[in-house]
Amino acid sequence: MALFDSLIRTARRRSPWLFHLNAGSCNGCDIELVACLGPRFDVEQLGIRLEGSPRHADIIVVSGPVTRTTRPAVETIYAQVPDPKVVVALGSCPASCNVFAGSPTIEGPLDRVIPVDVYVPGCPPRPDAIIAGIAEAIGILVSGRSAHERLTQRRAEEPAADGRGRRPGANAPRSGHPDGAP
Amino acid sequence: MRIVDALLRLLIFPGLVYALPAAWLMVWVERKLTARLQRRIGPPFFQPFFDFVKLLAKRPVSRPPLQGLVMTALPILATAAVLGALTLLPVFAGGGFSGDLVLLASLLEVPALCAVLGGFASRSLYGELGATREAVLSVAYSLPFLASLVALAAAAHTLELTTLLSRPLWAVRAPALVALALCLPVKLRINPFSVANAEQEIYAGPTTEFEGPRLALWELAHGLEWVVLTGLWATLAFPVVRFAWPLRVVVFIAISFAAAAVITAVAAATARLKPVQAARVYWQWGMLVAVVALILAMALY
Repeated sequence: MALFDSLIRTARRRSPWLFHLNAGSCNGCDIELVACLGPRFDVEQLGIRLEGSPRHADIIVVSGPVTRTTRPAVETIYAQVPDPKVVVALGSCPASCNVFAGSPTIEGPLDRVIPVDVYVPGCPPRPDAIIAGIAEAIGILVSGRSAHERLTQRRAEEPAADGRGRRPGANAPRSGHPDGAP
Repeated sequence: MRIVDALLRLLIFPGLVYALPAAWLMVWVERKLTARLQRRIGPPFFQPFFDFVKLLAKRPVSRPPLQGLVMTALPILATAAVLGALTLLPVFAGGGFSGDLVLLASLLEVPALCAVLGGFASRSLYGELGATREAVLSVAYSLPFLASLVALAAAAHTLELTTLLSRPLWAVRAPALVALALCLPVKLRINPFSVANAEQEIYAGPTTEFEGPRLALWELAHGLEWVVLTGLWATLAFPVVRFAWPLRVVVFIAISFAAAAVITAVAAATARLKPVQAARVYWQWGMLVAVVALILAMALY
């Protein structure tokens, strides 16, 4: 059984598939993420693949301050990704809403909508920073202690204690260093 | 004796023990070669294996019972059909039976049929779109694919693969092989005929909604399809039945992988066609070559 577990952990470490979710991003971070797939950085060396369907993904990479229109999509797609899953917030927008903070059409930052594991700051972040962030996310994925797992555990421990007014990601601890809100 | 023979073929060669590693190796060759041609480094050697294990270890999404059952059964059926087709490959003399060509051709159709049903069963818009395209293309490529097999059978006056391969018949076999080679990329859903699974365009086509273990089975069926289709082409192109046994296996494997490499190189160098254009390729050029093979088979033999 121990051998089996270590095989699964190795497989998870060596085959993380990404789903890229644009939650109202300006396309800057998206271009930098795609640059990671090109010949210069080539994340396929790490077994990383950008998947089209959230059902195939292990790591959700979210860019953009969550806008009012994209919020339901973010919640749906987060629920569609099978466990175990890890969320990476790509760029300053999902971390702090960046220049959009205070706008009436923005519902971010991202951790008010879904639990976030890793923050990659920058506007946009460099591809090396993105790869470092994804590497950190892979570590969290393998350890099985993602924000999502801890949240489900806590919910199982205190059933329906306070179901009202508590946002899913409100208590999720941060492992990165997001930019301060302006 | 015949049961032992069939079991050996199913479980050892060209069945499970050969086909499983060969499937992963071929998928790796495809991805690595594509990466190298794009000046990337590409995935590590064990990548397809780790992908498979990781997908198996994902927790399945809860679905309505009937849908869950259908979505599990279809990839299993596809994998089983491809394994059955592998067993029929005429690498060794004897063990064949009259009509195994028909069985092989029909088993090769099953994965496409399962993909169509799976796409519709998943109730996803992109899955249904992919399934429709898969069905259209299947109608398009089946015509030259089956016509060239019929030409071969008509020329040899037999429906048994080993007997068919023991006759030279190069006047028919050459055009038939060209038509079959044209059908390989579309059956493997890669460029320029990656119309059905069109990544980035319609997400992942029929498999969009499949997750975890179910997707792992689809990936496995796809890898095995690589092995069986290149293997079928290899046995038809170079009738290895006549060689001594170790040489026969080596030649079979070498030609399979060479065919896979050529298909991959073509895929890396081309862009995706529209469904209409892809269908036209098969109904015009594929059919033209297959009809030439048919006419030669009727006229000469």
